[in-house]
Amino acid sequence: MPEHRLLLRDHLGKDLTRLPEYVALGGFAAWKKAQSIGKEAVHAEVKAANLRGRGGAGFPAGVKWGFLPKDGRKRYLTVNADEGEPGTFKDRYFLEKDPYRMLEGILLTCWTLDIHTAYIYIRGEFWNAIEICDDAIAQMNKAGWLGKNIQGTGFDLDVYTHPGAGAYVCGEETALIESIEGKPGQPRLKPPFPANIGLFGMPTLVNNVETLACVPVILELGADGFNALGTPRNGGTKLMGISGHVKKPGLYEMKMGTTMRDCIYAPEFGGGILDDRELLAVIPGGSSCPFLTADQIDVPLDFDSLKAVGSMFGTAGIVVMHDGTDMLQVARRVASFYRHESCGQCTPCRQGTGWLYNIIKKMDEGLGEPAHIDLLLDACTGIEGNTICALGEAAAWPIRSIAQRFRPQLIEAMQRRAAAMQS
Amino acid sequence: MSEPLAFSAASKRRIAELVSRYPRKHAALIPTLYIAQNEFGYLKPEVMELVAAELEIPLASVMATSTFYTMLHKKPVGKYHVQICGNVSCYLRGCDDLIATARQVLGIGLGETTPDGLFTLEEVQCLAACGSAPALQVNKDDHFDVTPQALRALLEQLRDDADAGQKTLSIDVRGGGHA
Repeated sequence: MPEHRLLLRDHLGKDLTRLPEYVALGGFAAWKKAQSIGKEAVHAEVKAANLRGRGGAGFPAGVKWGFLPKDGRKRYLTVNADEGEPGTFKDRYFLEKDPYRMLEGILLTCWTLDIHTAYIYIRGEFWNAIEICDDAIAQMNKAGWLGKNIQGTGFDLDVYTHPGAGAYVCGEETALIESIEGKPGQPRLKPPFPANIGLFGMPTLVNNVETLACVPVILELGADGFNALGTPRNGGTKLMGISGHVKKPGLYEMKMGTTMRDCIYAPEFGGGILDDRELLAVIPGGSSCPFLTADQIDVPLDFDSLKAVGSMFGTAGIVVMHDGTDMLQVARRVASFYRHESCGQCTPCRQGTGWLYNIIKKMDEGLGEPAHIDLLLDACTGIEGNTICALGEAAAWPIRSIAQRFRPQLIEAMQRRAAAMQS
Repeated sequence: MSEPLAFSAASKRRIAELVSRYPRKHAALIPTLYIAQNEFGYLKPEVMELVAAELEIPLASVMATSTFYTMLHKKPVGKYHVQICGNVSCYLRGCDDLIATARQVLGIGLGETTPDGLFTLEEVQCLAACGSAPALQVNKDDHFDVTPQALRALLEQLRDDADAGQKTLSIDVRGGGHA
């Protein structure tokens, strides 16, 4: 299945951080169409397009839009640009290379939903992206695409970037809101949901960068055209980042429903396994997703199909591991990450992520035995479903999948370490 | 103690502009802490007090936020903050060799700063550059597809630049700015 480019346009050789270049490539055609069909029709198109949230959860964006109560309170849009899920590097593309696609999506979304202030929460490590987006916002303000009375329509919208400061958990929508308010990024108990009580206590919509970048595309193609690119209930194309042991790691765009096998082996995507080795394991969409084994890669990539094989599509950040991979080291990196990023609020996560890491560390230091694998599974059970936010599951699921699906590799890795200690 | 700490006029203007973006001053805290960090090197207690006064929020709030986020520095950071990603994709592409190289060239361990205050070395979590692994950051600059040879050359270049440059560098310790 060939690559299909709608979102990814770096091959055109244009500097899309310049507003005139964006306009020259048809920028704001979607805005003009929106003006002609009206707000309700725009919302209906997004709903009908089956745009699933691109931040990882895959919740239908049009449905989420509809959760904002119509009670006259001030509303906010917060854009989730806290890209930090290991294996994921797609939003960086829009922020650094094609910011107006996202900004036109923000404009369309805010106009449709009567929102007049939007904050783009960008992870602090993305210094360049913050500068590029600030500049893009300034260019749009100057050209009358943001600010007061946008393009003479009477619609006002202010957009600002807001920097994060190195906390993965702030990608969780209520932690993101806490962080914009200047507080530690500790997720809130839901309900109330952000759509009702969010940023500064007001109704708030939180959408991912890529989700918003899809909005102009939906208006340009129409809901039917967008749906035609995907699978049932999964409209459109999807940016897919592939990394690890492939010949051509990088960022690609595919139709929803492309198989994992194609993503790894097709010459236009991953190009096959590094050094022509055998495939051992795949993370399908960022390190929070259960790992897949080599015999599971005929799965079509969309939110429903990956769920059906006991994993998640997540962010479509695919990480490929060949048969020379030390799965115990991989488990250690994953466990170390979630231990570091737990906000510390819920005991099962704060303590449980430490347990997972400490057990794996012991295994990695040559002191492990097969019973430790069962202990890992017990610890996962203690975390899952017992925390305020999904970071608990995000920590437990990959470790559970490694313990269950790669048990022989873990045992072998432990034996190797024990033997090395004795020699 | 010398004179009490104060923000420069430019920083004060920048903070006022940030505050105007939000209905509550508290929301300007993280960007203001970056400005403070840039101006005073790191967030020592007097700096946190200054920020609390500037934004008219409790010192405890400033401390809570400052201590939660890893990019807000509670102790001095070298002029060059070398942050090497150690997560899965970078591991699969050889980040351990980069960490070993950096330790050897700089003569320090992870989380340490060279005695001359030039380099701080850290292993960090995912930098969202997995397709260009292994990746690292030095202050604001990204470095992708890094080999041990390239890292060695980069670190030696930075050290030469510093030697050739101002003699005052060793006392001018600060991390990347965010104005």
